[in-house]
Amino acid sequence: MDYDSRTELYQQMILEHNKKPRNFHKIENATHTAEGYNPLCGDHINIYLQLKNDSIIDDISFIGDGCAISKASASMMTTALKGKTIEEANVLFDQFHKLIKGELVPERDKNALGKLTTFTGIWHFPARVKCASLCWHTMKGALNQVVKPVSTE
Amino acid sequence: MTTNTMTMSLNVTKIRQDFPNLHIQVHGKPLVYLDNAATTFKPKVVIDTILKHYQSGTSNVHRGIHYLSERATQDFETTREKVKDFINARKALEIIFTKGTTESINLVTNSYGRTFLQKGDEIIISGMEHHSNIVPWQILCEEKGCVLRVVPINDNGELIFGEFLKFLGPKTKLVSMVYVSNSLGTINPIKKVIEAAHRLKIPVLVDAAQAVSHIKVDVQDLDCDFLAFSGHKLFGPTGVGILYGKEELLEKMPPYQGGGDMIASVSFEKTTYNVLPHKFEAGTPNVADVIGLGAAIDYVQSIGLENIAEYEEELLAYGTKILKSILGLKLIGTAKHKASILSFILPSIHPHDLGTLVNEEGIAIRTGHHCTQPVMKRFNVPATARASLAFYNTKEELDRLVAAITKAKEIFSD
Ligand SMILES: Cc1ncc(COP(=O)(O)O)c(C=O)c1O
Repeated sequence: MDYDSRTELYQQMILEHNKKPRNFHKIENATHTAEGYNPLCGDHINIYLQLKNDSIIDDISFIGDGCAISKASASMMTTALKGKTIEEANVLFDQFHKLIKGELVPERDKNALGKLTTFTGIWHFPARVKCASLCWHTMKGALNQVVKPVSTE
Repeated sequence: MTTNTMTMSLNVTKIRQDFPNLHIQVHGKPLVYLDNAATTFKPKVVIDTILKHYQSGTSNVHRGIHYLSERATQDFETTREKVKDFINARKALEIIFTKGTTESINLVTNSYGRTFLQKGDEIIISGMEHHSNIVPWQILCEEKGCVLRVVPINDNGELIFGEFLKFLGPKTKLVSMVYVSNSLGTINPIKKVIEAAHRLKIPVLVDAAQAVSHIKVDVQDLDCDFLAFSGHKLFGPTGVGILYGKEELLEKMPPYQGGGDMIASVSFEKTTYNVLPHKFEAGTPNVADVIGLGAAIDYVQSIGLENIAEYEEELLAYGTKILKSILGLKLIGTAKHKASILSFILPSIHPHDLGTLVNEEGIAIRTGHHCTQPVMKRFNVPATARASLAFYNTKEELDRLVAAITKAKEIFSD
């Protein structure tokens, strides 16, 4: 395979979001929240959601501790989901999962992922896929009002 | 920077030829394997021994009088002798084959612990134990109402011996402690620990999983009551481990599992148990890998643990020096007495990102909590990167690690 996996994984956008994560704070009066934990790497994340009319993500944020992939993924997820409906969020959740498993190819398959396609190459790094997906699982957990920590294990 | 002038008691160039796995390519680059604390590579003699067993020596052991069975039984029992000599046990019957350190510890918790420990009794471990020397005791404590006491460690990752002494008392019924920490490299003053415990007649189990490949372990000199280690961290195969126990203790312990091989006679009215060591080896054992472990021990003995320790000390000093030269890098585990394990963190790069990036350069290090989450908590880090060295590693490989870290830092700066 002639492909420089390093540049594929640690793209500028990921490095930049890692350095300056967006929506990196706690929403004090969040309507939904969940905690995610990846025991394998020690990645830890809290997601906060502010839903409007029980259907629109009016605000979303996160705090936590983790590798660049997990932090950038959370940061980009919050950016992507702000203002979206729950339905749209679920669609993105599914598409993102297919993307990081290598099942969705952005140039080939119709999708609404936008900048999230930055994570295309991650399926070449099986050990790191969970880093990218932790925030999404946690977001879903928050929407379902799961109270106990979400785990990727 | 690279020098070839090690004051070498070992011919590492020649030794490396004995390990086929050292010579693979990863991402188009020659592999640098620095994850020996997780598992070590196997010399060709070990691989050949196992192959030979399956190709021309396959048989069960201790049952049957045909040629193959007798030969397999002999090879199997010869390995027990080799292990006995390797750790200087008094008798071969003090050597129990298990599937690894974890099972060895669980054997002691289940057999000794459940028989001799009662509500209110205390078990002492240290703050740098591998999960396998924490969880079995927690299960026992839960069941029996015993109390687990954890000796704290200082900022260098050393056992605070004074605290250990304070914990020892009439309620203490067992001490179980790691000899060499897998995440910090610390070599514990295990002989002193045993001496202090024995003054109160408290038995001591030593987790020697990381010790046996680095230092000469002598169970009579240590006077430990139990000692556990894994074959796969000693250049042997996976799936085989050792529990050493003093004969008088093993004698009074009930069997750990029931089945074939561990019985003398069975009837529906009464079963009598087999003698040591077979009492603790129910079922068909891992014949091939036990025999493979015998070859691994022969190999290590032929190099000599004194030579290994001397070489690794030099390698550790070099690795410590060049890692410290990386701006911002912090070593986790700076004990005075250390085995060749280098755990570290960088302020700007999470260990997992570092692991992925150095892997791109063909370098295998471990990143994570190393099955020692309490240690991570003690040092307030989510994870560390760890380079763990064996006698087949070289200064040149450490140079490549440093170059790869430097490159990773560049990617993460700006
Ligand atoms: C100090 C220590 N104890 C126990 C173990 C468990 O060994 P095993 O997984 O071979 O049973 C390990 C292995 O990582 C270890 O490093």
